[in-house]
Amino acid sequence: MSSREITKLVKQGQLSAVEVISSVLERITQVEGRIHAFISIMKGEALKRAQEIDKKLKENKQLGRLAGVPIAIKDNMCTAGSRTTCGSHILENYIPPYNATVVDRLLMEDAIIIGKTNMDEFAMGTTTENSYFGPTRNPWDLKKVPGGSSGGSTAAVSAGEAVLSLGSDTGGSVRCPASYCSVVGLKPTYGFVSRYGLIAYADSLEQIGPIAKDVYDCALLFSVINGYDPKDSTSVRKDKTEYISGLEESVEGIRIGVFSEFFGKGVDVDVSDVVQKSLKRLESLGASLVDISLLNLSYSLPTYYIIAMSEASSNLARYDGVRYGLCSDDEVENWKVFYSDTRQKGFGAEVRRRIILGTYALSAGYFNEYYLKALQLRTLIKRGFEKAFESCDVIASPTMPVLPFDIGEKIDDPLSLYLCDIHTVPANLTGMPALSIPCGFSDGLPVGLQLTAPLFREDVLFKLGQALEKSSGIPILSPNL
Amino acid sequence: MGKNARRVSLKDVEHIALLAHINLSKDEKKIFTEQLNQILDYFGKIDKVDTEGVKPTFNVVEVTNVFREDKPKPSLKSESALSNAPEKERGYFKTKKIV
Repeated sequence: MSSREITKLVKQGQLSAVEVISSVLERITQVEGRIHAFISIMKGEALKRAQEIDKKLKENKQLGRLAGVPIAIKDNMCTAGSRTTCGSHILENYIPPYNATVVDRLLMEDAIIIGKTNMDEFAMGTTTENSYFGPTRNPWDLKKVPGGSSGGSTAAVSAGEAVLSLGSDTGGSVRCPASYCSVVGLKPTYGFVSRYGLIAYADSLEQIGPIAKDVYDCALLFSVINGYDPKDSTSVRKDKTEYISGLEESVEGIRIGVFSEFFGKGVDVDVSDVVQKSLKRLESLGASLVDISLLNLSYSLPTYYIIAMSEASSNLARYDGVRYGLCSDDEVENWKVFYSDTRQKGFGAEVRRRIILGTYALSAGYFNEYYLKALQLRTLIKRGFEKAFESCDVIASPTMPVLPFDIGEKIDDPLSLYLCDIHTVPANLTGMPALSIPCGFSDGLPVGLQLTAPLFREDVLFKLGQALEKSSGIPILSPNL
Repeated sequence: MGKNARRVSLKDVEHIALLAHINLSKDEKKIFTEQLNQILDYFGKIDKVDTEGVKPTFNVVEVTNVFREDKPKPSLKSESALSNAPEKERGYFKTKKIV
């Protein structure tokens, strides 16, 4: 059932919130052993909230736009009183004393948080294999990765363990797993969704994004979470914006920019074929395809990683075992040894690798060569996209260059995993919104189409997504579990 | 720098780990040195681009110095702020001796 159907039935009193939550909990009992989408399942809290919502209805109180809808939250967003681990040993027992702003906004609309989802530690990864709590499996093929780093959130929605979910996207972490699990995922315009209460990895790149089975629900969830928040100093002063009413508008005349490199070397032919077909379909619905060129695109990956790792090395300096988090219990007198021990024990290999690379890029003698240079390239990449948008309204590409691969296949070769982010990182570097939408299958594995738009043009993304979905019917498919 | 020049040595990795306050085991130092060279070699792609005079982009929305009135607002109670601390004493965080 979609979130709008649930809310409608709950508001009419035809279905109780307790019934909704009980049936989702039953589904979790059936499939979670095979999927491992969650780090924490909030059974007791969810049932209690459901009872409160049912009581509100009995008392004739107004119910919110997500009344009774079970939602899963990536475990890097703070939930007051409920453990928030960030997929890390260092925060294994961390219980936040406050809610992230997005969590408050969901609760205000009477959504019900069903659990906290699995993720690559500190959102650093493309597969969800870097979680301290073990990997999540792809519901479409349990041998395969679900993508990452929000793999728990997308797998939960795909497997029916939640109706909606939230992920976070620093270099593709919503869109990659959305593509691999055949769900809809948005990386919003930078600054449009509050990051207050999101555990930071790379501040200048990341955004919280909505995940759902179809475009309508994704747009609805986005409408609930966007808008200015004084608690986040990078939040843009823009009012809450509504995306439902424009969904059904015609896509006639929308120009879709196609850059040949996005379909060339390094991209699986099967993936490219499926995505090209979906573009033809959009063309048949009235959109037009235009060739574009994007200078500097090949530099976006190193630029992204240098900036992300530099910001990470600074952000993660706060984990010192003093104020919260794991602390080394070795008896040492020297604070330096104590910090270094704590951080060796608390962080996994990929997190340590990125902190060390970031520390190097920021260190004396290398600052200009790596960090500053990357920031200058970021300017050039941004200009390149702005130029491209003079001749088109959105830019299309496969979300991921390759099909979901086996768990364990690439994890020992970090560079090969970084290369998978080639199509997703530009949206983070430029701040532009990008949507991944299911567009078909190859060998039984999902393929996603990525559409990128200029700043604050999420409306065009949703409109095209909706048109494609209506004409292809892909989101109706669910994995056999 | 030449294409196959090693960008970091084992000693460099030890030094950076010290700056980052992270212990690495002997084996990890070796593996990290290999991997870091591979990754930095790939990052070296950017050496070729001329960025002379280009303004760096720190933040895409260009919001800077957001101020608010200097008035106290309701905030976390000190017990909540201390609730996750491994060690505390008389309402303070407790840490190892620093000086």
